[in-house]
Amino acid sequence: MNEFMFFINNVLIAGSVSGSIYAIGAVGVTLVFSIMRFAHFAHADMMTFGAFMVLALTTAFPAAGASLGMPTAVVMLPIAMALTALLAVGIDKAFYKPLRAHGVKPIVLVIGSLGVTLMLQGVIRLFAGTGGQNLYVDDRKEIFRMVLPLEGVRVPVVITEPQLYLFILTLLSVVALHLFLNRSRLGKAMRAMSDNPELAQASGINTNTIVAVTWVIAGSLAAIAGTLLSLDVTFKPDLSFFLLLPIFAAAIVGGVGHPYGAIAGGFVVGFAETLAVFNWNILLRPYRDSFPDWLELPTNLAFVGTEYKIVVPFFILVAILIWRPTGIFKGKVI
Amino acid sequence: MPLLEARDVHGGYGGMNILNGINMTLEADEVGVIVGPNGAGKSTMLKAIFGLLLVNQGEILLRGEPIHNLPPNKLVQKGMGFVPQENNTFPSMTVQENLEMGAFLKPDSVKPMLKQVYEAFPPLYDKRHQRAGELSGGQRQMVAMGRALMAEPSVLLLDEPTAGLSPLYMNEIFARIKEINAIGVGILMVEQNAKQALAIADKGFVLAAGQNRFTDTGAALLADPDVAKSFLGG
Repeated sequence: MNEFMFFINNVLIAGSVSGSIYAIGAVGVTLVFSIMRFAHFAHADMMTFGAFMVLALTTAFPAAGASLGMPTAVVMLPIAMALTALLAVGIDKAFYKPLRAHGVKPIVLVIGSLGVTLMLQGVIRLFAGTGGQNLYVDDRKEIFRMVLPLEGVRVPVVITEPQLYLFILTLLSVVALHLFLNRSRLGKAMRAMSDNPELAQASGINTNTIVAVTWVIAGSLAAIAGTLLSLDVTFKPDLSFFLLLPIFAAAIVGGVGHPYGAIAGGFVVGFAETLAVFNWNILLRPYRDSFPDWLELPTNLAFVGTEYKIVVPFFILVAILIWRPTGIFKGKVI
Repeated sequence: MPLLEARDVHGGYGGMNILNGINMTLEADEVGVIVGPNGAGKSTMLKAIFGLLLVNQGEILLRGEPIHNLPPNKLVQKGMGFVPQENNTFPSMTVQENLEMGAFLKPDSVKPMLKQVYEAFPPLYDKRHQRAGELSGGQRQMVAMGRALMAEPSVLLLDEPTAGLSPLYMNEIFARIKEINAIGVGILMVEQNAKQALAIADKGFVLAAGQNRFTDTGAALLADPDVAKSFLGG
Protein backbone atom coordinates (compact mmCIF):
# COMPACT_ATOMS: atom_id res chain seq x y z
CA MET A 1 0.00 0.00 0.00
CA ASN A 2 2.81 2.45 0.78
CA GLU A 3 4.14 1.87 -2.70
CA PHE A 4 0.74 2.80 -4.05
CA MET A 5 0.90 6.06 -2.06
CA PHE A 6 4.15 6.82 -3.88
CA PHE A 7 2.27 6.26 -7.10
CA ILE A 8 -0.49 8.67 -6.04
CA ASN A 9 2.02 11.37 -5.12
CA ASN A 10 4.36 10.98 -8.08
CA VAL A 11 1.89 10.19 -10.83
CA LEU A 12 -1.65 11.19 -9.87
CA ILE A 13 -0.90 14.47 -8.11
CA ALA A 14 2.18 15.44 -10.11
CA GLY A 15 0.33 14.57 -13.35
CA SER A 16 -2.71 16.61 -12.34
CA VAL A 17 -0.47 19.58 -11.54
CA SER A 18 1.29 19.65 -14.92
CA GLY A 19 -1.91 18.52 -16.65
CA SER A 20 -3.85 21.49 -15.24
CA ILE A 21 -1.19 23.97 -16.31
CA TYR A 22 -0.89 22.46 -19.80
CA ALA A 23 -4.70 22.39 -20.10
CA ILE A 24 -5.18 26.07 -19.23
CA GLY A 25 -2.32 27.03 -21.53
CA ALA A 26 -3.56 24.86 -24.39
CA VAL A 27 -7.09 26.29 -24.15
CA GLY A 28 -5.65 29.76 -24.82
CA VAL A 29 -3.58 28.51 -27.77
CA THR A 30 -6.54 26.63 -29.24
CA LEU A 31 -8.97 29.59 -28.86
CA VAL A 32 -6.55 31.95 -30.57
CA PHE A 33 -6.11 29.40 -33.36
CA SER A 34 -9.84 28.86 -33.81
CA ILE A 35 -10.53 32.58 -34.21
CA MET A 36 -7.38 33.87 -35.93
CA ARG A 37 -6.09 30.66 -37.54
CA PHE A 38 -2.48 30.91 -36.46
CA ALA A 39 -0.28 29.21 -33.86
CA HIS A 40 0.44 31.83 -31.23
CA PHE A 41 3.98 31.08 -30.03
CA ALA A 42 4.07 34.03 -27.64
CA HIS A 43 1.42 32.36 -25.45
CA ALA A 44 3.94 30.87 -23.02
CA ASP A 45 5.53 34.26 -22.45
CA MET A 46 2.12 35.77 -21.83
CA MET A 47 1.93 33.19 -19.02
CA THR A 48 5.27 34.40 -17.66
CA PHE A 49 4.08 38.00 -18.00
CA GLY A 50 1.03 37.20 -15.85
CA ALA A 51 3.26 35.70 -13.16
CA PHE A 52 5.59 38.69 -13.47
CA MET A 53 2.64 41.04 -12.84
CA VAL A 54 1.81 39.03 -9.71
CA LEU A 55 5.45 39.27 -8.64
CA ALA A 56 5.46 43.05 -9.12
CA LEU A 57 2.16 43.45 -7.24
CA THR A 58 3.16 41.20 -4.33
CA THR A 59 6.45 43.06 -4.02
CA ALA A 60 4.54 46.34 -3.91
CA PHE A 61 1.85 45.18 -1.46
CA PRO A 62 3.34 42.23 0.44
CA ALA A 63 0.79 42.36 3.27
CA ALA A 64 -2.34 42.32 1.10
CA GLY A 65 -2.94 38.60 1.52
CA ALA A 66 -2.56 38.28 5.27
CA SER A 67 -5.78 40.16 6.02
CA LEU A 68 -7.73 37.76 3.78
CA GLY A 69 -5.97 34.64 4.98
CA MET A 70 -4.74 33.80 1.49
CA PRO A 71 -1.29 34.00 -0.11
CA THR A 72 -0.74 37.54 -1.43
CA ALA A 73 0.02 36.12 -4.87
CA VAL A 74 -3.45 34.55 -5.12
CA VAL A 75 -5.10 37.79 -3.98
CA MET A 76 -3.22 39.69 -6.68
CA LEU A 77 -4.10 37.18 -9.40
CA PRO A 78 -7.33 38.88 -10.62
CA ILE A 79 -5.46 42.16 -11.13
CA ALA A 80 -2.67 40.34 -12.96
CA MET A 81 -5.28 38.60 -15.13
CA ALA A 82 -6.78 41.97 -16.10
CA LEU A 83 -3.31 43.40 -16.87
CA THR A 84 -2.32 40.36 -18.95
CA ALA A 85 -5.62 40.53 -20.84
CA LEU A 86 -4.86 44.18 -21.54
CA LEU A 87 -1.36 43.24 -22.71
CA ALA A 88 -2.79 40.56 -25.02
CA VAL A 89 -5.28 43.00 -26.59
CA GLY A 90 -2.50 45.61 -26.89
CA ILE A 91 -0.08 43.18 -28.56
CA ASP A 92 -2.80 42.24 -31.04
CA LYS A 93 -3.53 45.90 -31.84
CA ALA A 94 0.17 46.75 -32.23
CA PHE A 95 1.52 43.66 -34.03
CA TYR A 96 -1.04 41.16 -35.31
CA LYS A 97 -3.88 43.45 -36.42
CA PRO A 98 -1.79 45.40 -38.97
CA LEU A 99 -0.58 42.06 -40.39
CA ARG A 100 -4.15 40.73 -40.64
CA ALA A 101 -5.24 43.99 -42.31
CA HIS A 102 -2.65 43.30 -45.01
CA GLY A 103 -4.15 39.85 -45.49
CA VAL A 104 -0.87 38.03 -44.81
CA LYS A 105 -0.55 34.24 -44.70
CA PRO A 106 -0.84 32.62 -41.23
CA ILE A 107 2.88 31.75 -41.23
CA VAL A 108 3.71 35.49 -41.16
CA LEU A 109 1.63 35.84 -37.99
CA VAL A 110 3.42 32.82 -36.49
CA ILE A 111 6.81 34.41 -37.17
CA GLY A 112 5.46 37.67 -35.77
CA SER A 113 4.47 35.88 -32.58
CA LEU A 114 8.02 34.51 -32.28
CA GLY A 115 9.21 38.11 -32.34
CA VAL A 116 6.71 39.01 -29.63
CA THR A 117 8.02 36.08 -27.55
CA LEU A 118 11.59 37.39 -27.67
CA MET A 119 10.41 40.90 -26.90
CA LEU A 120 8.32 39.82 -23.89
CA GLN A 121 11.17 37.73 -22.51
CA GLY A 122 13.50 40.69 -22.87
CA VAL A 123 11.12 43.06 -21.10
CA ILE A 124 10.54 40.63 -18.22
CA ARG A 125 14.31 40.03 -17.81
CA LEU A 126 14.90 43.78 -17.86
CA PHE A 127 12.69 44.31 -14.83
CA ALA A 128 12.73 40.99 -12.97
CA GLY A 129 16.34 39.98 -13.56
CA THR A 130 17.39 36.58 -14.85
CA GLY A 131 17.38 34.58 -11.64
CA GLY A 132 14.61 32.68 -9.90
CA GLN A 133 12.39 34.45 -7.37
CA ASN A 134 9.88 33.19 -4.87
CA LEU A 135 6.32 34.31 -5.45
CA TYR A 136 5.48 33.31 -1.89
CA VAL A 137 6.44 36.58 -0.24
CA ASP A 138 4.50 35.54 2.87
CA ASP A 139 6.93 32.61 3.02
CA ARG A 140 4.50 30.12 4.45
CA LYS A 141 3.86 27.65 1.68
CA GLU A 142 1.65 25.19 3.49
CA ILE A 143 2.12 21.52 2.81
CA PHE A 144 -0.73 19.17 3.63
CA ARG A 145 0.17 15.59 4.51
CA MET A 146 -2.72 13.19 4.68
CA VAL A 147 -2.16 9.64 5.87
CA LEU A 148 -5.03 7.66 4.42
CA PRO A 149 -6.84 5.56 7.07
CA LEU A 150 -5.87 2.24 5.55
CA GLU A 151 -4.11 -0.65 7.22
CA GLY A 152 -0.32 -0.45 7.10
CA VAL A 153 -0.21 2.89 5.32
CA ARG A 154 2.55 5.15 6.61
CA VAL A 155 3.40 7.22 3.53
CA PRO A 156 1.18 10.32 3.41
CA VAL A 157 -0.44 11.83 0.36
CA VAL A 158 1.37 15.16 -0.03
CA ILE A 159 -0.28 18.18 -1.55
CA THR A 160 0.84 21.80 -1.26
CA GLU A 161 -1.28 24.92 -0.89
CA PRO A 162 -0.54 26.29 -4.41
CA GLN A 163 -1.42 22.90 -5.87
CA LEU A 164 -4.81 23.06 -4.17
CA TYR A 165 -5.34 26.57 -5.58
CA LEU A 166 -4.28 25.26 -8.97
CA PHE A 167 -6.88 22.46 -8.94
CA ILE A 168 -9.65 24.80 -7.73
CA LEU A 169 -8.83 27.52 -10.26
CA THR A 170 -8.50 25.02 -13.12
CA LEU A 171 -11.93 23.62 -12.32
CA LEU A 172 -13.44 27.11 -12.04
CA SER A 173 -11.83 28.21 -15.33
CA VAL A 174 -13.12 25.17 -17.19
CA VAL A 175 -16.68 25.60 -15.83
CA ALA A 176 -16.62 29.35 -16.54
CA LEU A 177 -15.34 28.77 -20.08
CA HIS A 178 -17.97 26.11 -20.71
CA LEU A 179 -20.79 28.39 -19.55
CA PHE A 180 -19.39 31.30 -21.55
CA LEU A 181 -19.11 29.33 -24.81
CA ASN A 182 -22.50 27.64 -24.53
CA ARG A 183 -24.74 30.11 -22.75
CA SER A 184 -23.58 33.65 -23.49
CA ARG A 185 -24.32 35.56 -26.69
CA LEU A 186 -20.65 36.50 -27.19
CA GLY A 187 -19.45 32.97 -26.48
CA LYS A 188 -21.79 31.54 -29.09
CA ALA A 189 -20.67 34.22 -31.53
CA MET A 190 -17.09 33.08 -30.87
CA ARG A 191 -18.02 29.50 -31.76
CA ALA A 192 -19.85 30.77 -34.83
CA MET A 193 -16.77 32.65 -35.98
CA SER A 194 -14.59 29.62 -35.40
CA ASP A 195 -17.06 27.50 -37.42
CA ASN A 196 -17.66 29.78 -40.39
CA PRO A 197 -16.11 33.27 -40.33
CA GLU A 198 -17.80 34.53 -43.53
CA LEU A 199 -21.26 33.52 -42.35
CA ALA A 200 -20.61 35.01 -38.90
CA GLN A 201 -19.90 38.31 -40.62
CA ALA A 202 -22.98 37.94 -42.81
CA SER A 203 -24.99 37.49 -39.59
CA GLY A 204 -23.82 40.88 -38.34
CA ILE A 205 -21.23 39.56 -35.88
CA ASN A 206 -18.42 42.10 -35.49
CA THR A 207 -15.10 40.37 -36.13
CA ASN A 208 -13.06 42.89 -34.14
CA THR A 209 -15.15 42.42 -31.00
CA ILE A 210 -14.74 38.65 -31.14
CA VAL A 211 -10.98 38.95 -31.69
CA ALA A 212 -10.70 41.24 -28.64
CA VAL A 213 -12.79 38.88 -26.48
CA THR A 214 -10.56 35.99 -27.55
CA TRP A 215 -7.44 37.85 -26.43
CA VAL A 216 -9.04 38.81 -23.12
CA ILE A 217 -9.81 35.14 -22.38
CA ALA A 218 -6.43 33.89 -23.64
CA GLY A 219 -4.59 36.55 -21.62
CA SER A 220 -6.50 35.91 -18.38
CA LEU A 221 -6.07 32.15 -18.66
CA ALA A 222 -2.36 32.62 -19.41
CA ALA A 223 -1.98 34.71 -16.24
CA ILE A 224 -3.65 31.97 -14.16
CA ALA A 225 -1.45 29.23 -15.60
CA GLY A 226 1.77 31.24 -15.31
CA THR A 227 1.11 32.37 -11.75
CA LEU A 228 0.15 28.95 -10.44
CA LEU A 229 3.14 27.39 -12.12
CA SER A 230 5.44 29.97 -10.53
CA LEU A 231 3.79 29.40 -7.14
CA ASP A 232 4.33 25.66 -7.42
CA VAL A 233 8.01 26.09 -8.27
CA THR A 234 9.61 29.55 -8.48
CA PHE A 235 9.31 32.49 -10.83
CA LYS A 236 11.88 32.55 -13.63
CA PRO A 237 11.79 34.66 -16.83
CA ASP A 238 12.13 31.56 -19.01
CA LEU A 239 9.91 29.27 -16.93
CA SER A 240 6.87 29.11 -19.21
CA PHE A 241 8.89 29.26 -22.41
CA PHE A 242 9.89 25.64 -21.80
CA LEU A 243 6.20 24.74 -21.58
CA LEU A 244 5.62 25.78 -25.18
CA LEU A 245 6.20 22.28 -26.53
CA PRO A 246 3.92 20.39 -24.10
CA ILE A 247 1.22 23.08 -24.46
CA PHE A 248 1.21 22.84 -28.25
CA ALA A 249 1.33 19.05 -27.99
CA ALA A 250 -1.74 19.24 -25.72
CA ALA A 251 -3.62 21.53 -28.11
CA ILE A 252 -2.84 19.25 -31.07
CA VAL A 253 -3.60 16.02 -29.17
CA GLY A 254 -7.01 17.47 -28.28
CA GLY A 255 -7.71 18.64 -31.80
CA VAL A 256 -6.71 22.21 -32.66
CA GLY A 257 -9.54 24.70 -32.27
CA HIS A 258 -11.39 22.46 -29.82
CA PRO A 259 -11.38 23.90 -26.25
CA TYR A 260 -12.55 20.70 -24.52
CA GLY A 261 -10.01 18.77 -26.55
CA ALA A 262 -7.29 21.12 -25.30
CA ILE A 263 -8.26 20.40 -21.69
CA ALA A 264 -8.25 16.65 -22.29
CA GLY A 265 -4.99 16.97 -24.26
CA GLY A 266 -3.39 18.87 -21.39
CA PHE A 267 -4.09 16.04 -18.96
CA VAL A 268 -3.06 13.37 -21.49
CA VAL A 269 0.33 15.05 -21.91
CA GLY A 270 0.68 15.75 -18.16
CA PHE A 271 -0.03 12.16 -17.13
CA ALA A 272 2.04 10.74 -19.99
CA GLU A 273 5.01 12.73 -18.66
CA THR A 274 4.65 11.61 -15.06
CA LEU A 275 3.96 7.99 -16.04
CA ALA A 276 7.06 8.00 -18.23
CA VAL A 277 9.40 9.26 -15.53
CA PHE A 278 7.84 7.21 -12.71
CA ASN A 279 10.08 4.48 -11.32
CA TRP A 280 7.92 1.39 -11.79
CA ASN A 281 10.30 -0.64 -9.66
CA ILE A 282 8.63 0.90 -6.60
CA LEU A 283 5.31 -0.75 -7.43
CA LEU A 284 7.02 -4.12 -7.98
CA ARG A 285 8.91 -4.00 -4.68
CA PRO A 286 6.34 -5.90 -2.56
CA TYR A 287 6.40 -8.84 -4.99
CA ARG A 288 10.20 -9.08 -5.14
CA ASP A 289 10.31 -12.31 -3.13
CA SER A 290 8.11 -14.13 -5.63
CA PHE A 291 10.39 -13.31 -8.57
CA PRO A 292 12.68 -16.11 -9.80
CA ASP A 293 16.32 -15.75 -8.69
CA TRP A 294 17.69 -15.26 -12.20
CA LEU A 295 15.52 -12.14 -12.69
CA GLU A 296 17.53 -9.14 -11.54
CA LEU A 297 15.43 -5.97 -11.97
CA PRO A 298 17.32 -2.69 -12.28
CA THR A 299 16.67 -0.24 -9.44
CA ASN A 300 15.31 2.39 -11.81
CA LEU A 301 12.52 1.15 -14.05
CA ALA A 302 11.40 4.50 -15.50
CA PHE A 303 10.83 4.79 -19.23
CA VAL A 304 12.88 7.98 -19.41
CA GLY A 305 14.99 9.86 -16.90
CA THR A 306 13.44 12.96 -15.31
CA GLU A 307 15.92 15.21 -17.07
CA TYR A 308 14.63 13.90 -20.43
CA LYS A 309 10.97 14.50 -19.61
CA ILE A 310 10.64 16.92 -22.54
CA VAL A 311 10.94 14.03 -25.02
CA VAL A 312 7.54 12.74 -23.88
CA PRO A 313 5.38 15.57 -25.27
CA PHE A 314 7.67 15.66 -28.30
CA PHE A 315 7.04 11.95 -28.92
CA ILE A 316 3.28 12.40 -28.40
CA LEU A 317 3.30 15.32 -30.83
CA VAL A 318 5.09 13.34 -33.53
CA ALA A 319 2.91 10.27 -32.97
CA ILE A 320 -0.38 12.18 -33.12
CA LEU A 321 0.71 14.09 -36.24
CA ILE A 322 1.51 10.81 -37.98
CA TRP A 323 -1.47 8.73 -36.92
CA ARG A 324 -4.28 11.14 -36.07
CA PRO A 325 -3.45 14.67 -37.22
CA THR A 326 -6.91 15.99 -36.33
CA GLY A 327 -6.46 15.04 -32.66
CA ILE A 328 -8.73 12.99 -30.41
CA PHE A 329 -11.66 15.42 -30.70
CA LYS A 330 -11.40 15.92 -34.49
CA GLY A 331 -10.27 19.53 -34.57
CA LYS A 332 -9.34 21.52 -37.63
CA VAL A 333 -6.53 19.98 -39.63
CA ILE A 334 -3.41 22.11 -39.49
CA MET B 1 -39.76 54.08 -54.10
CA PRO B 2 -38.46 50.60 -54.98
CA LEU B 3 -37.10 48.41 -52.17
CA LEU B 4 -33.89 47.59 -53.96
CA GLU B 5 -32.44 49.27 -57.01
CA ALA B 6 -29.23 48.69 -58.93
CA ARG B 7 -28.14 51.27 -61.48
CA ASP B 8 -25.45 50.46 -64.05
CA VAL B 9 -23.43 48.34 -61.60
CA HIS B 10 -19.86 47.49 -62.59
CA GLY B 11 -17.68 45.39 -60.30
CA GLY B 12 -15.49 42.36 -59.82
CA TYR B 13 -12.53 40.92 -57.97
CA GLY B 14 -9.15 42.67 -58.00
CA GLY B 15 -9.42 44.88 -61.09
CA MET B 16 -11.11 42.28 -63.33
CA ASN B 17 -14.73 43.32 -63.85
CA ILE B 18 -17.36 40.58 -63.98
CA LEU B 19 -20.37 42.90 -63.84
CA ASN B 20 -20.51 45.28 -66.79
CA GLY B 21 -23.48 47.53 -66.13
CA ILE B 22 -26.39 45.74 -64.49
CA ASN B 23 -29.75 47.39 -63.75
CA MET B 24 -32.36 45.90 -61.42
CA THR B 25 -35.44 47.10 -59.59
CA LEU B 26 -37.31 45.13 -56.95
CA GLU B 27 -40.45 46.23 -55.14
CA ALA B 28 -41.09 45.33 -51.51
CA ASP B 29 -43.71 42.66 -52.25
CA GLU B 30 -41.87 40.98 -55.12
CA VAL B 31 -39.88 37.82 -55.71
CA GLY B 32 -37.07 38.57 -58.14
CA VAL B 33 -35.16 35.76 -59.85
CA ILE B 34 -31.77 36.11 -61.55
CA VAL B 35 -31.09 33.48 -64.20
CA GLY B 36 -28.55 33.08 -66.96
CA PRO B 37 -25.74 30.85 -68.21
CA ASN B 38 -22.66 29.96 -66.11
CA GLY B 39 -20.30 32.88 -65.77
CA ALA B 40 -23.03 35.46 -66.46
CA GLY B 41 -22.32 37.10 -63.10
CA LYS B 42 -25.49 35.98 -61.27
CA SER B 43 -23.93 35.11 -57.90
CA THR B 44 -21.42 37.92 -58.33
CA MET B 45 -24.29 40.40 -58.57
CA LEU B 46 -25.81 39.05 -55.34
CA LYS B 47 -22.43 39.36 -53.61
CA ALA B 48 -22.01 42.89 -54.93
CA ILE B 49 -25.36 43.85 -53.39
CA PHE B 50 -24.31 42.31 -50.05
CA GLY B 51 -21.02 44.22 -49.98
CA LEU B 52 -18.83 41.15 -50.56
CA LEU B 53 -17.09 42.58 -53.61
CA LEU B 54 -16.05 45.95 -54.87
CA VAL B 55 -18.56 47.98 -56.91
CA ASN B 56 -16.38 50.40 -58.90
CA GLN B 57 -19.07 52.10 -60.98
CA GLY B 58 -22.81 52.65 -60.68
CA GLU B 59 -24.85 52.49 -57.50
CA ILE B 60 -27.03 50.20 -55.42
CA LEU B 61 -29.88 51.73 -53.42
CA LEU B 62 -31.91 50.27 -50.57
CA ARG B 63 -35.13 52.32 -50.29
CA GLY B 64 -33.35 55.18 -52.06
CA GLU B 65 -30.29 55.09 -49.76
CA PRO B 66 -26.93 54.24 -51.41
CA ILE B 67 -25.52 51.04 -49.88
CA HIS B 68 -22.84 49.86 -52.29
CA ASN B 69 -19.49 48.97 -50.69
CA LEU B 70 -20.91 48.99 -47.16
CA PRO B 71 -19.60 46.05 -45.07
CA PRO B 72 -22.02 43.11 -44.61
CA ASN B 73 -22.64 43.73 -40.89
CA LYS B 74 -23.86 47.27 -41.70
CA LEU B 75 -26.18 45.87 -44.37
CA VAL B 76 -27.64 43.38 -41.89
CA GLN B 77 -28.43 46.34 -39.62
CA LYS B 78 -30.16 48.06 -42.54
CA GLY B 79 -32.44 45.07 -43.06
CA MET B 80 -30.69 42.92 -45.63
CA GLY B 81 -30.31 39.17 -45.26
CA PHE B 82 -28.00 36.93 -47.31
CA VAL B 83 -27.99 33.15 -47.66
CA PRO B 84 -24.82 31.93 -49.42
CA GLN B 85 -25.00 28.89 -51.65
CA GLU B 86 -22.40 26.85 -49.79
CA ASN B 87 -21.20 26.79 -46.18
CA ASN B 88 -24.38 28.54 -45.14
CA THR B 89 -24.65 27.07 -41.62
CA PHE B 90 -22.45 26.83 -38.51
CA PRO B 91 -21.95 23.04 -38.67
CA SER B 92 -20.79 22.39 -35.10
CA MET B 93 -23.59 24.46 -33.55
CA THR B 94 -27.13 23.28 -32.93
CA VAL B 95 -30.01 24.34 -35.17
CA GLN B 96 -31.29 26.68 -32.47
CA GLU B 97 -27.85 28.24 -31.94
CA ASN B 98 -27.59 28.77 -35.70
CA LEU B 99 -30.87 30.64 -35.64
CA GLU B 100 -29.86 32.67 -32.57
CA MET B 101 -26.74 33.86 -34.44
CA GLY B 102 -29.03 35.27 -37.14
CA ALA B 103 -30.50 37.67 -34.56
CA PHE B 104 -27.10 38.52 -33.08
CA LEU B 105 -27.70 42.25 -33.53
CA LYS B 106 -31.22 42.05 -32.05
CA PRO B 107 -30.89 39.97 -28.88
CA ASP B 108 -34.32 41.06 -27.65
CA SER B 109 -36.17 39.66 -30.63
CA VAL B 110 -34.58 36.18 -30.42
CA LYS B 111 -37.55 34.57 -28.66
CA PRO B 112 -40.43 35.87 -30.82
CA MET B 113 -38.43 35.32 -34.02
CA LEU B 114 -37.50 31.75 -33.04
CA LYS B 115 -41.22 31.04 -32.70
CA GLN B 116 -41.91 32.54 -36.13
CA VAL B 117 -39.08 30.65 -37.84
CA TYR B 118 -40.15 27.34 -36.26
CA GLU B 119 -43.68 28.01 -37.52
CA ALA B 120 -42.36 28.68 -41.02
CA PHE B 121 -40.07 25.59 -40.94
CA PRO B 122 -41.72 22.97 -38.69
CA PRO B 123 -39.01 20.31 -39.36
CA LEU B 124 -36.45 22.57 -37.71
CA TYR B 125 -38.32 22.58 -34.39
CA ASP B 126 -37.92 18.80 -34.02
CA LYS B 127 -34.21 19.06 -34.83
CA ARG B 128 -33.50 22.19 -32.79
CA HIS B 129 -30.92 20.51 -30.51
CA GLN B 130 -29.16 18.68 -33.33
CA ARG B 131 -25.96 19.99 -34.88
CA ALA B 132 -26.54 21.70 -38.23
CA GLY B 133 -23.68 19.70 -39.76
CA GLU B 134 -25.61 16.46 -39.19
CA LEU B 135 -28.70 17.54 -41.16
CA SER B 136 -29.65 16.69 -44.76
CA GLY B 137 -29.06 19.23 -47.53
CA GLY B 138 -32.68 20.40 -47.61
CA GLN B 139 -32.87 20.82 -43.85
CA ARG B 140 -29.57 22.71 -43.86
CA GLN B 141 -31.03 25.07 -46.48
CA MET B 142 -33.98 25.66 -44.13
CA VAL B 143 -31.58 26.43 -41.26
CA ALA B 144 -29.72 28.85 -43.53
CA MET B 145 -32.92 30.64 -44.58
CA GLY B 146 -34.21 30.61 -41.00
CA ARG B 147 -30.96 32.15 -39.75
CA ALA B 148 -31.26 34.99 -42.28
CA LEU B 149 -34.94 35.54 -41.35
CA MET B 150 -34.10 35.88 -37.63
CA ALA B 151 -32.76 39.39 -38.27
CA GLU B 152 -36.23 40.40 -39.59
CA PRO B 153 -34.87 41.51 -42.96
CA SER B 154 -36.87 43.59 -45.41
CA VAL B 155 -35.05 41.96 -48.31
CA LEU B 156 -33.57 38.48 -48.49
CA LEU B 157 -30.84 37.52 -50.99
CA LEU B 158 -30.71 33.79 -51.77
CA ASP B 159 -27.83 32.26 -53.76
CA GLU B 160 -29.12 29.10 -55.47
CA PRO B 161 -31.34 27.91 -52.60
CA THR B 162 -32.22 24.66 -54.37
CA ALA B 163 -28.74 23.66 -55.59
CA GLY B 164 -28.21 19.94 -55.10
CA LEU B 165 -31.70 19.29 -53.74
CA SER B 166 -34.13 16.62 -55.00
CA PRO B 167 -37.16 17.91 -57.00
CA LEU B 168 -39.38 17.20 -53.98
CA TYR B 169 -37.29 19.41 -51.70
CA MET B 170 -36.93 22.00 -54.44
CA ASN B 171 -40.70 22.52 -54.59
CA GLU B 172 -40.83 22.64 -50.79
CA ILE B 173 -38.18 25.37 -50.68
CA PHE B 174 -39.90 27.38 -53.43
CA ALA B 175 -43.20 27.14 -51.53
CA ARG B 176 -41.49 28.43 -48.36
CA ILE B 177 -39.92 31.29 -50.32
CA LYS B 178 -43.38 32.33 -51.52
CA GLU B 179 -44.65 32.19 -47.93
CA ILE B 180 -41.77 34.34 -46.67
CA ASN B 181 -42.50 36.83 -49.45
CA ALA B 182 -46.18 36.87 -48.45
CA ILE B 183 -45.30 38.12 -44.93
CA GLY B 184 -43.60 41.15 -46.47
CA VAL B 185 -39.99 40.19 -47.21
CA GLY B 186 -38.69 41.10 -50.65
CA ILE B 187 -36.79 38.18 -52.23
CA LEU B 188 -33.97 38.31 -54.75
CA MET B 189 -32.55 34.93 -55.68
CA VAL B 190 -30.16 33.36 -58.13
CA GLU B 191 -31.38 30.05 -59.58
CA GLN B 192 -30.09 27.30 -61.85
CA ASN B 193 -33.51 25.67 -61.99
CA ALA B 194 -34.65 28.59 -64.14
CA LYS B 195 -38.05 27.34 -65.33
CA GLN B 196 -39.34 26.43 -61.86
CA ALA B 197 -37.92 29.63 -60.36
CA LEU B 198 -39.39 31.93 -63.02
CA ALA B 199 -42.75 30.26 -62.44
CA ILE B 200 -42.89 31.75 -58.92
CA ALA B 201 -41.15 35.03 -59.85
CA ASP B 202 -42.81 38.41 -60.07
CA LYS B 203 -39.77 39.67 -61.86
CA GLY B 204 -37.04 37.87 -63.78
CA PHE B 205 -33.61 39.13 -64.75
CA VAL B 206 -31.80 37.19 -67.47
CA LEU B 207 -28.09 38.03 -67.36
CA ALA B 208 -25.37 37.22 -69.88
CA ALA B 209 -21.72 38.31 -69.78
CA GLY B 210 -22.33 40.62 -66.84
CA GLN B 211 -25.16 42.56 -68.48
CA ASN B 212 -28.98 42.46 -68.58
CA ARG B 213 -30.31 40.53 -71.59
CA PHE B 214 -34.00 40.34 -70.73
CA THR B 215 -35.97 41.86 -67.87
CA ASP B 216 -39.67 41.18 -67.50
CA THR B 217 -42.22 39.40 -65.31
CA GLY B 218 -41.51 35.74 -64.66
CA ALA B 219 -44.49 34.62 -66.72
CA ALA B 220 -43.58 36.83 -69.68
CA LEU B 221 -40.01 35.53 -69.72
CA LEU B 222 -41.21 31.94 -69.64
CA ALA B 223 -43.50 32.68 -72.60
CA ASP B 224 -40.81 34.50 -74.61
CA PRO B 225 -39.48 32.16 -77.33
CA ASP B 226 -36.10 33.96 -77.47
CA VAL B 227 -35.51 33.47 -73.74
CA ALA B 228 -36.68 29.87 -73.96
CA LYS B 229 -34.36 29.09 -76.87
CA SER B 230 -31.19 30.67 -75.51
CA PHE B 231 -31.52 30.29 -71.75
CA LEU B 232 -34.13 27.73 -70.76
CA GLY B 233 -32.95 24.87 -72.96
CA GLY B 234 -35.74 25.17 -75.58
